[in-house]
Amino acid sequence: MEAAYAELAIETPEGVRFSLPLAGPASRFLAWSIDTAAIGLLCGFLGKGLQMTGVLSIDLMWALIVVSYFAVWVGYGIAFEWLWRGETPGKRVLGLRVLDERGLKLQFSQIALRNLMRFLDALPALYLVGGAAMILSHRYQRLGDLVANTVVIRRRKIMAPDANQLDGGEKFNSFLDLPHLAARLRQQVSPELAQIAYETLLRRDQLSAEMRIQVFRQLAERFREMVKFPEEITASLTDERYVRNALETVTRVTHRREPESHRYGGTRAIGVAPGDRKHS
Amino acid sequence: MILDLPRFLATERAYWDELEAVLNKIENDPLRRLPLAEITRLQYLYQRSASALARLSTFSAEPETREYLELLVARAYAECHPKRVRSERLRPRHWLLHTFPQTFRRHTQAFGFAVGLTIAGAIFGWTALTFDYSAKSVLMPFPGLMQPPAQRVKQDEKARGARLAGHKSTFAAELMTHNIQIALLTFAMGATCGVGSVVLLFYNGVTVGAVAADYVHGGFTQFLLGWLLPHGVIEIPAILIAGQAGFVLAAALIGRRRRERLRELSSDLLTLAGGAALLLVWAGIVEAFFSQYDYPVLPYDLKIAFGLVELVALTFYLYRAGRT
Repeated sequence: MEAAYAELAIETPEGVRFSLPLAGPASRFLAWSIDTAAIGLLCGFLGKGLQMTGVLSIDLMWALIVVSYFAVWVGYGIAFEWLWRGETPGKRVLGLRVLDERGLKLQFSQIALRNLMRFLDALPALYLVGGAAMILSHRYQRLGDLVANTVVIRRRKIMAPDANQLDGGEKFNSFLDLPHLAARLRQQVSPELAQIAYETLLRRDQLSAEMRIQVFRQLAERFREMVKFPEEITASLTDERYVRNALETVTRVTHRREPESHRYGGTRAIGVAPGDRKHS
Repeated sequence: MILDLPRFLATERAYWDELEAVLNKIENDPLRRLPLAEITRLQYLYQRSASALARLSTFSAEPETREYLELLVARAYAECHPKRVRSERLRPRHWLLHTFPQTFRRHTQAFGFAVGLTIAGAIFGWTALTFDYSAKSVLMPFPGLMQPPAQRVKQDEKARGARLAGHKSTFAAELMTHNIQIALLTFAMGATCGVGSVVLLFYNGVTVGAVAADYVHGGFTQFLLGWLLPHGVIEIPAILIAGQAGFVLAAALIGRRRRERLRELSSDLLTLAGGAALLLVWAGIVEAFFSQYDYPVLPYDLKIAFGLVELVALTFYLYRAGRT
């Protein structure tokens, strides 16, 4: 069964939709455990440092220790989330981040409020109140998040897609020399098949050698069944090269059919790019 | 229709890289103010990437590229759509002389409710102790309050303020941190639709009422006023202000437009909670360094007068300061 993750869906005023994965109670509890350990360490170091004031007065030393422990305990989350844009060391380790419920930038008042509400969320022990609220909330919000209109998301690091995976460094496509067969291939290939071929090419390095041969053999078979290209062209092609050629034939020409004004319509609608010399 | 993804990626990738670099720069140095040219460029890159995302969502089901772009657009969205909020620059003097008292006055109804609850609790505590003295341990289960008033008065007057000698600073720090925790909990309890704040304020009132009854019935009214007024006239209002913040929060949670109301009120809530904490710092100092001295070191009348002056000053501050 596929695991279902809660997501924060946001629609921008421009009508663009995107979603961010929400962090669940388990990962947040782990992050909190790390932060609690960090607070303990910080207090330990602070206590050692403040012991020096004992030379002046033992009473003053203890007063400073009591006040500074309290300040660290209350201020730790506020300070880190403000300076690290919604992250604390624990959240950073677990790849979590506090975000405004609408996907906007966090305000200081939100950060302070969600952290002050810990006095209630942490009751009676080990964040039981906060944990229960989180489980009942469809956005995994503890009471502090509900009051401050915040959510905690899982940060994902996804590498930008690499278009070079598709041409494999070779530009020549013998299928394009036979326009009538290329046209027939375009007619036959469904968008779904083209999509599968594209994604397989994009992720070919993630496949084991055996699986790679097998998948490309099946895909090439599907393309071969649709249109028979002359053997003198296809004989020297591997299955992978065959799929790549077929996909390029389908996508490139589909693209040519579109009126020029429709290409990358979204980007054109924006108009002249400020400071856009580098890429023009 | 199939989008020419290879070409699409080749064209757009450079913009995404540039946007990612700009966002990394902003996120690594959040306090940096962007020059206008960079803001304009960021806005353009955001719009271009958002448009690419919209196009990709329409024409292609390629999940990884879309996911990458979604994250990029989400990050840029947060930077390009700042909320219209009042300046959050820290101005302590202005906050103290204007913001806090003004915020207090904006929510006097909630403060009145907190006062009413505490008075009701005090009447209950007074009455309960008057008619059932055996309930003392239930009404005020604190070791310091359990001894008979006569014994406490005798002990304190004999000690001449030396009881806490060498520990006054530590005692003040403990009082401050403990009372601030209570105040913040009273505020946070507002998230239980106010029920928790009601219980805490009422119980606080019960304790005050029971203690008062205990000492007044024992004939130690002057001692009681001299002991409680110097710090109590600040400490009790601070807890009431925390309760006020809790009720403002509860009203926002219960009422309509919950999210919008909370957004509008977040600064007020923080101001009230912060103000209560600040008052408790003063109360802690007074309790440790002043309230603990009794007759003959400090005459009770002086202590009572000091408390009354504080009360008048606090009332004047909360109701008059920051008026335009």
